[in-house]
Amino acid sequence: MTDSTGGDGHDPSRRDFLYVAAGGLGAVGAAGFVWPLVNQMNPSRDVLALSSIEVDLSGIEVGQSITVSWRGKPVFIRRRTEKEIADARAVPMDVLPDPEGDEARVQKAEWLIMVGVCTHLGCVPLGQQGEYNGWFCPCHGSHYDTSGRIRKGPAPLNLVVPKYVYLDDNSVKIG
Amino acid sequence: MSGHSSFQSNNAIVKWIEYRLPIFSFVNEALVVYPTPKNLNYWWNMGSLAGVMLVVQIITGVVLGMHYTPHTDLAFASTEHIMRDVNYGWLLRYMHANGGSMFFAVVYIHIFRGMYYGSYKAPRELLWWLGIIIFILMMATAFMGYVLPWGQMSFWGATVITNLFSAVPILGETIVTWLWGGFSVDQPTLNRFFSLHYLLPFVIFAVVFLHLWALHVHKSNNPLGIDIKGPQDTIPFHPYYTVKDLYGMGIFGIIFAWLLFFAPNLLGEPDNYIPANPLVTPRHIVPEWYFLPFYAILRAVPDKLFGVIAMFASLLILFVLPWLDTSKVRSARFRPVYKMLFWAFLIDCLVLGYIGGQPAEGIFVVVGRLGTALYFLFFLSLPFIGWFERPRKLPESIAKAVLESQGGSDGGSSGGGGGAPDGAAAKAEDRG
Repeated sequence: MTDSTGGDGHDPSRRDFLYVAAGGLGAVGAAGFVWPLVNQMNPSRDVLALSSIEVDLSGIEVGQSITVSWRGKPVFIRRRTEKEIADARAVPMDVLPDPEGDEARVQKAEWLIMVGVCTHLGCVPLGQQGEYNGWFCPCHGSHYDTSGRIRKGPAPLNLVVPKYVYLDDNSVKIG
Repeated sequence: MSGHSSFQSNNAIVKWIEYRLPIFSFVNEALVVYPTPKNLNYWWNMGSLAGVMLVVQIITGVVLGMHYTPHTDLAFASTEHIMRDVNYGWLLRYMHANGGSMFFAVVYIHIFRGMYYGSYKAPRELLWWLGIIIFILMMATAFMGYVLPWGQMSFWGATVITNLFSAVPILGETIVTWLWGGFSVDQPTLNRFFSLHYLLPFVIFAVVFLHLWALHVHKSNNPLGIDIKGPQDTIPFHPYYTVKDLYGMGIFGIIFAWLLFFAPNLLGEPDNYIPANPLVTPRHIVPEWYFLPFYAILRAVPDKLFGVIAMFASLLILFVLPWLDTSKVRSARFRPVYKMLFWAFLIDCLVLGYIGGQPAEGIFVVVGRLGTALYFLFFLSLPFIGWFERPRKLPESIAKAVLESQGGSDGGSSGGGGGAPDGAAAKAEDRG
């Protein structure tokens, strides 16, 4: 920056310091203004307050499923049959694209609880369909088995098991 | 805007873009080498501040629009949701609400600055007109924005202001029903106000662009009100006025921050924290402070139609100001009579603002009527003042006046417009 105040041999580093200090302060101020604008798009407190639900399991017979809404997503709760459990546990690990034992995906063998969102691009799979009689996603043809594990199709991962705890024999808290 | 004469770059990418879209030379001529009168005082900071406030309002407004619901059952609750639940929602809403006030404050100073220094006079009449159009658009935007939280003041303010149009003979009721989309201020009204409140700032932005375009043709007026006669009268906008504007912005920011963080409800009405109730009117209806002088004029006239006419006239009369003022001298510094009248007018506007916030009874009515009469008298007296007033002698040039005010001899710092390339400054001469 040339200007007309020169000529008295001022130290250029002083001016550099002023530039950097002023610019730095401006950058801090701008960041302080931008952060609220960014953070306002994160979940608000009322949304976060809805992050867990309690579900009553009584009335679900063996072989029945229910779908509940958790954080705006469907959660499948299935009371599996003996055959479904046996099928799931008989699968060898090396045929699974995302190897995970059925025992690791359930707390009680009878109850399979998982987020009903296809891990490909977010559609909701249909129950008791597909080549493995588990779940089948109609959007792009992903097949899941009776443990909700991906077996065939474009989805990369098994259906997600959310955090949950049994409050007693007949109710579960998801989230 | 014209030519690439003063802009040079050795950067290949810059040159590639510049050849196809001369945006660098545009910015260079508009904000860097742009020749600016060397004697501008701090009253000339208000334009850039107003521009910054428009951008702040648009940014915070777009963000608030992500959380607000324009429905009569949900609007009030969604506003409180913004205040309590949304991350930094309180900050963004208070910034938007108080930002409106700061925007108006800056624009009012900007307008009075223009009036004091005669910035509305030839050849800047269209510049002045575009400014008034921005001002009117701002008023419409602010009014509709105030309706959105759907509190008591929102609702009843909307009812009163839209009812102004019922004063129109014959068509009045039809117009009001059309504005409302029903038989009272209700869901259709709220929904369309939200839509228009979102739209108008962008219209303002476009008119601001025209305002700046017109400004850059004949350049800024200055405290002496005399034309730029050559490069010796100007300095480049950057760094001199960028730094001056930034400094002013810092001071302005401190005031804004004080209002925002320490008194965010100072300028608001407590009644607007009561949800809208179409069955009960608050005891005392007042608009936001920036509408109060006009509100006082409305109430000063004891007739529905003429009250509304007076109110709109008080705003629209600004359009004819360049022709009402017959004096050839711009700046009030050299106009002893106009200068006195200007200050009287300013005080009158403040008094009207005070009266507008008081109940319409007793002495307030009398003062309001007197103030209204003086308001119009100011404008109507201007043609005659220009005729009989003896202005003081104008300086020969800006450069000469600046040198004289500095004692005439410490010339080094003001030599020939600093770093202004000759090309840019010479163009100013051609145009001015």
